Amino acid sequence: MKRRLKCLKEAQAFVEKFEGALGKGKGRRLYAFKVMMTKKLIKFNRDFENFKTACIPWESRIKEVESHFGSSVASYFIFLRWMYGLNLVLFGFVFGLVVIPEVLMGMPYGSIARKTVPRDEQDSAMDFSVLFEFGGYCKYSIMFYGYYNNQRSIGLLQFRLPLSYLLVGVGIFGYSLMVVIRTMARNANEGGDGAEEGAFTFSWKLFTSWDYLIGNPETADNKFASTTTSFKESIVDEQENLKDENIHLRRFLRVIANILILCCLGGSGYLIYYVVKRSQEFAKKDRNELTWLQKNEVEIVMSLLGLVCPPLFEVISELEEYHPRIALKWQLARIFALFLGNLYTFLFALFDEVNAKLDNEKEIKNETIWALKEYYDNYTLHHNVTENIPPPNISPADVIRGPCWETEVGIEFVKLTVSDIQVTYLTILIGDFLRAVIVRFLNYCWCWDLEAGFPSYGEFDISGNVLGLIFNQGMIWMGAFYAPGLVGINVLRLLSSMYYQCWAVMSCNVPHERVFKASRSNNFYMGLLLLVLFLSLMPVIYSIMTLPPSFDCGPFSGKDQMYDVIMETIEKDLPPFMADIFSYASNPGLIMPAVLLMVLAIYYLNAVSKAYQNSNMDLKRKMQMVEGCVFGCCKSSGSSHSSSRSQATRASARYCPRTSTRSRHGKRKRWTTTTKIVSSKEFLFVLDIKFGTKSNFKGVIYAI
Amino acid sequence: MGNKQTIFTDEQLDAYQDCTFFTRKEILRLHGRYHELAPHLVPMDYTNDPDVKVPLALIVNMPELKENPFRNRIVESFSEDGKGNLSFNDFVDMFSVLSEMAPRELKAIYAFKIYDFNVDNYICKEDLEKTLNRLTKEELTPEEVILVCEKAIEEADLDGDNKLSFADFENMISRAPDFLSTFHIRI
Repeated sequence: MKRRLKCLKEAQAFVEKFEGALGKGKGRRLYAFKVMMTKKLIKFNRDFENFKTACIPWESRIKEVESHFGSSVASYFIFLRWMYGLNLVLFGFVFGLVVIPEVLMGMPYGSIARKTVPRDEQDSAMDFSVLFEFGGYCKYSIMFYGYYNNQRSIGLLQFRLPLSYLLVGVGIFGYSLMVVIRTMARNANEGGDGAEEGAFTFSWKLFTSWDYLIGNPETADNKFASTTTSFKESIVDEQENLKDENIHLRRFLRVIANILILCCLGGSGYLIYYVVKRSQEFAKKDRNELTWLQKNEVEIVMSLLGLVCPPLFEVISELEEYHPRIALKWQLARIFALFLGNLYTFLFALFDEVNAKLDNEKEIKNETIWALKEYYDNYTLHHNVTENIPPPNISPADVIRGPCWETEVGIEFVKLTVSDIQVTYLTILIGDFLRAVIVRFLNYCWCWDLEAGFPSYGEFDISGNVLGLIFNQGMIWMGAFYAPGLVGINVLRLLSSMYYQCWAVMSCNVPHERVFKASRSNNFYMGLLLLVLFLSLMPVIYSIMTLPPSFDCGPFSGKDQMYDVIMETIEKDLPPFMADIFSYASNPGLIMPAVLLMVLAIYYLNAVSKAYQNSNMDLKRKMQMVEGCVFGCCKSSGSSHSSSRSQATRASARYCPRTSTRSRHGKRKRWTTTTKIVSSKEFLFVLDIKFGTKSNFKGVIYAI
Repeated sequence: MGNKQTIFTDEQLDAYQDCTFFTRKEILRLHGRYHELAPHLVPMDYTNDPDVKVPLALIVNMPELKENPFRNRIVESFSEDGKGNLSFNDFVDMFSVLSEMAPRELKAIYAFKIYDFNVDNYICKEDLEKTLNRLTKEELTPEEVILVCEKAIEEADLDGDNKLSFADFENMISRAPDFLSTFHIRI
């Protein structure tokens, strides 16, 4: 380190001494200015980095969890924190661009029909039970789609709210996609190019099994035990090839297990469909006659299925006798299929409801048109005027309302999210906390040792929690278009979840006994998140493209399709040549070649990356060959010869870190060998200091 | 930015930020931790570069290192005299290499130094045996230990000298998926 500091000082002195010399003549001042600006930029970047790291929350909390439970449990909390950041940004978008303009510049509550509670609901609008189900005042508030006015531009700034609503709705997906892919790319870079599994089993176990983050004696003991077990397993594996005793029986059992699981999945899907259908029946009856159970049946059933089925799958998978890592993958895949099936069944059932509402709406629309016509006829009758009749003077609460299907969909999603939150928190409370309390206190007066045997303290279920988080985010993505307030609810949920789960894990859980991390699990969960993002994008885009918006609520009321807003903007707001450009751009004759071009680009990049991989392999093989060749050549020239030994050491010294400098960051490694620095000039040449590339500089400094 | 501190000069802090992967706040925090290891030995004022070294015995008692079976080797490989007495520069260096931001190649260099118990620039069979015994707290039988060490050398040794040179080690560790996440201490 001292050497490094000295070298740094020398380098800085040298650069300062000679920097003027580089800009000669006319360009000198400009060059000096550029140099000064670059230095300022570096300093600014560094301060900004310092500031950014100071802003990262919960660092000490996560560190505590890490030292007790190891890096795999802590990775869940790091994922949670990342999700919180993502949701915070989405909340900023929605709030700043949709909610605040409507609140500040739009019409206030009670001024128009869509913003007022209808007359017949008004006396129950403030009841807790109604509010709890997001009816009453909640339904006619900024939280849901129906509140927003379809006025084309509002306020002093002529803010185009409908356009902003649509763009924010789509922009949420765009931003999330960008962030997820960027994180995946970053993870993939750090992952290293993996060798085939089993190439370095024992070496990796020797050198990478100890988790340096562990700071707790109990965890350390567990880690020692699990490392020993893992070594013993590998030794057994190595010493005898596991004969597949009775492979037919095993295959038969696996087929049976898969059939059982398919039955479970099918059963759960059917159950959800049935329950949603029933809730439609209930919706036709009077609300007061229904019990609480009947009102919330759908959400309860979905949450319970999510709770009961995974352990069921685990029990069934005992039949299969897979290696634990493979069994974990199967388990994750099945839970994923379960959640997905449930969500999509729910969506299909919801879809039926929406269609029913649309039919209903046609009737009500006819009614309102007819009522208006009646009013105009009456007016003409009484006042003998046929033109310029003032609009009917009815209070907003009395106007006939259509069933606003978008708000209903938004309410369903919000209810689902809320019940999911409740179930998660209750599970932790009962499943972990109560269990820990019982085990601790009942142990004094129980026949067998509760702590060692059944039920003992719970372990933190990483995969279950991560999947829950991913699916929760999927629901938010689906529902955010119809309920702008949903993102805010999710932000609060993630915030409280962080503190709650940190507390729960520290006080009620014990470290895992067996640790078999799925390698590169970080990218696996990100890939899952990406998949869920696409799957939740589809229903929203489908509904925007095909379903007509309600005629009397929401920012798109009165239009035929929701995306007509964009067409309108292009026609009216942008200069006329833009409309031409867009009409040319949406011509199929242009889009097809563009798609073809993108496909070709993908193919080309794929081919290039394969070529790079091949050249990588070649270089590695060459390296091996050269090493072996050098050693072999030295050996053949007489190993006892001192000169050849020194030759060998010099040759191997070429690869020794002390005397070779190579930039340590990035995939491209520049090999420059040097042993001694003769003069400052050579120093500059050798180190190849580029102004502004701090990381290169640092990597080179580290080489010394 | 922030409060004025008198532990380091600004140039020193800049130099530390250049040579390590830490930010200014982290370097100051590291100094606090270093100081509380030996409050009588370590001065609060580092502006004139005092030559102070904290002995091995105090450093391996840090909570981050206490449970690590390789703690002695870690501290020794970062010390200048090879005996484990760390100056503040070495201390910062150690945690910088073990931090999240250090690149894979750098960590591989130091991991090699740590696992090379007899400091001969090769990881030979005795080094592997010592590593294994520390990892499993000597729970394995001697035959099992010999088997594991032989298998490891068989897998990683490329040039056939029955010990791992740095190139062999780096080739093997650069493909390990867990290496970056396990060879990491957060401070």
